Amino acid sequence: MFGLLPVSIAAGSFSPLPALLSFSVAPMAHLSLLDMVVIAVYFGMVIWIGFYLKGRSNTSEEFFMAGREMTAWIAGLSFVSANLGSLELMGWAGSAYQYGILATHWYWIGAIPAMLFLGLVMMPFYYVSKTHSVPGYLFLRYGEHARILAAVSFAMEMILMSGVNMFAMAVVMKIVLGWSLTFSIVVSACAVTLYVALGGLRSAIFNEVLQFVLIWGGALLVPILGLYQSGGVSGLKTQIIKNMGTDSYFHMWRDTGHFASNPMGTHWSGIVLGLGFVISFGYWTTDFLVVQRVLAAHNLRAARMAPVIGSFFKMAVPFIVILPGLLSLVLLQNSDGSRRQLVPEDTVKACMPMSSDCAASLKKTLLTAQVQQDVLNQKVTPQTELHSYNEVLPLMMVRYLGPGLLGLGITALIAGFMSGMAGNISAFSTVWTYDIYKPLINKKGSDSHYVLVGRLSILIGVAISIGAGYLVQNAHGIMDYVQALFSFFIAPLLGSILMGMFWKRATAPAGFLGLLIGIISSVGMFVWVKFDHAALGIVALYPNATDMAANLYRAWWAFSITVIVIFLVSLVTRAKPVAELDGLCYSCTVLPKEEWVPWYKRVWVWALLAICIFAALNIMFW
Amino acid sequence: MHGSGIQIWFFIGVLLLVYGVLILGYGTFELATGSYPVGVQLTNLHTPIWWGGLMTALGVLYCVKFRPGRA
Repeated sequence: MFGLLPVSIAAGSFSPLPALLSFSVAPMAHLSLLDMVVIAVYFGMVIWIGFYLKGRSNTSEEFFMAGREMTAWIAGLSFVSANLGSLELMGWAGSAYQYGILATHWYWIGAIPAMLFLGLVMMPFYYVSKTHSVPGYLFLRYGEHARILAAVSFAMEMILMSGVNMFAMAVVMKIVLGWSLTFSIVVSACAVTLYVALGGLRSAIFNEVLQFVLIWGGALLVPILGLYQSGGVSGLKTQIIKNMGTDSYFHMWRDTGHFASNPMGTHWSGIVLGLGFVISFGYWTTDFLVVQRVLAAHNLRAARMAPVIGSFFKMAVPFIVILPGLLSLVLLQNSDGSRRQLVPEDTVKACMPMSSDCAASLKKTLLTAQVQQDVLNQKVTPQTELHSYNEVLPLMMVRYLGPGLLGLGITALIAGFMSGMAGNISAFSTVWTYDIYKPLINKKGSDSHYVLVGRLSILIGVAISIGAGYLVQNAHGIMDYVQALFSFFIAPLLGSILMGMFWKRATAPAGFLGLLIGIISSVGMFVWVKFDHAALGIVALYPNATDMAANLYRAWWAFSITVIVIFLVSLVTRAKPVAELDGLCYSCTVLPKEEWVPWYKRVWVWALLAICIFAALNIMFW
Repeated sequence: MHGSGIQIWFFIGVLLLVYGVLILGYGTFELATGSYPVGVQLTNLHTPIWWGGLMTALGVLYCVKFRPGRA
């Protein structure tokens, strides 16, 4: 779920971890008894679902693949929901505050084409091969080495991300509500362990659908009330232009002709190639966390329809994420009625508590000289209460939601965090059992033995996650690398899977080497830029490119290197016979005929409609 | 999901219904007593009443349509 996080989070600066833990400020909100009841009802429901589904998760197919009996709607909502965690919601709302509507690229070009490609083109191969996981597909196509490399790296990421997720939730709860870290961690870890260990993937999927409804129920009021208060879309535009002095905040493409002419500091080529192709296709078509949800569909048509259904909901998400970020540019106020100016997370860290970096950090903000001086003098005024961009969503919730509704909003955030953790843990459990334990440790276990291993791996996975979270919390700088780690694998994995799926000549050694060299080159470029900032001019084609732009170009290069290595090595190694590629490669597979359905139920009709809406939205906000 | 048993939509219906009743109840209390939370904006729109009402209606609809045992 961290695959498409904004750079402020992906690079760790959102990281609530070490620095934020050390300061204490008054919590943003105080929950009433009614809010507590709303949160308690959610936990009760989650546990009820876990116990209810326990009896339907006895075989490995039921536990790891939810019995492959999900409808297209459930698989589609779960598919989108697995990516709609609270860090994404809060992070992208903060990005919208910083970059304006440009942040929407991550929801539209950064998702829709890839989701439709998965449904229309790739899903048949995953589904027909009856693989249990993405590393499982690599095994069938390239052999054991490629599977183990992908499985070990994926399992490691899932555990680390689960730990990061858990602590991120705990710290957000501490900042927003003043809850103790241990309380949040224990409660969320116990609840997630219970419902995933009991009900397996089915339970995780049920809760993701529930979470999707909760997020909309809890977050939709903010943009509705915000738009009402700001005088509608035209009123919002007028006020943002007045406050920010530019209309760039409302254009997705117009100002991307040069790195320096848009708030995000990126170029359209990076958005199209890096985000729209490599990162997006890598995440939505090869990340097992999301693909697992679609593999649980009850037939091929449902599996193909699920991402298409998901694409419509994905296109709507900016309404509850990006719009609050834009609204906060004009609506957020300090307690004395003055306009509240949010600052980067680094500034909050540097100034609360006060450090020697505070003055330099404050100079990069839009705070007035007087306010900066007051902060440095530690003078307590309404303006010196610093909040970061990433706190946009909770701040907007506190502004509009009273008792009951605030509890619903907080529940939506908690549900998002827990669902993210559950997604990490359920994907880890499947990959651990099928792609690591079974081939390397015990090949001849019974079905019930593997279910037991799956359940135990959830318990152990959560325990390691807590340890990983503490490790990240106590080691400054590790967070940057942990989250960057995730991005290293996406692009090479996409390159190896696309080559395997669409080029029958791709060989097993080439697949493994391409994946390995792609990962090494991605890590190499990251380290190169880290130690020699001038390298940015080569990696990102522009010496002053932002981290966001660097990520996009690094992904593009890693993908290209993977494809080139697979191509070259395949030319000098022996390919598999065509007969062995049935169900694995496009030109070697006769796809099963799907049952006849009326035109309005056909996948391509809905995909075409999604493409039209996608194009219209991009033109509308050009 | 196919097969017998409770569908996810029923769970969602129950949750929406419980939340809807709680929030609508609070909104009604707020309106009746005139005591609004301090610091919250746009209380004049009585958001808990219409949002809670909407959730209640959706909850009832889902609970009835997807109730266990319904063919």
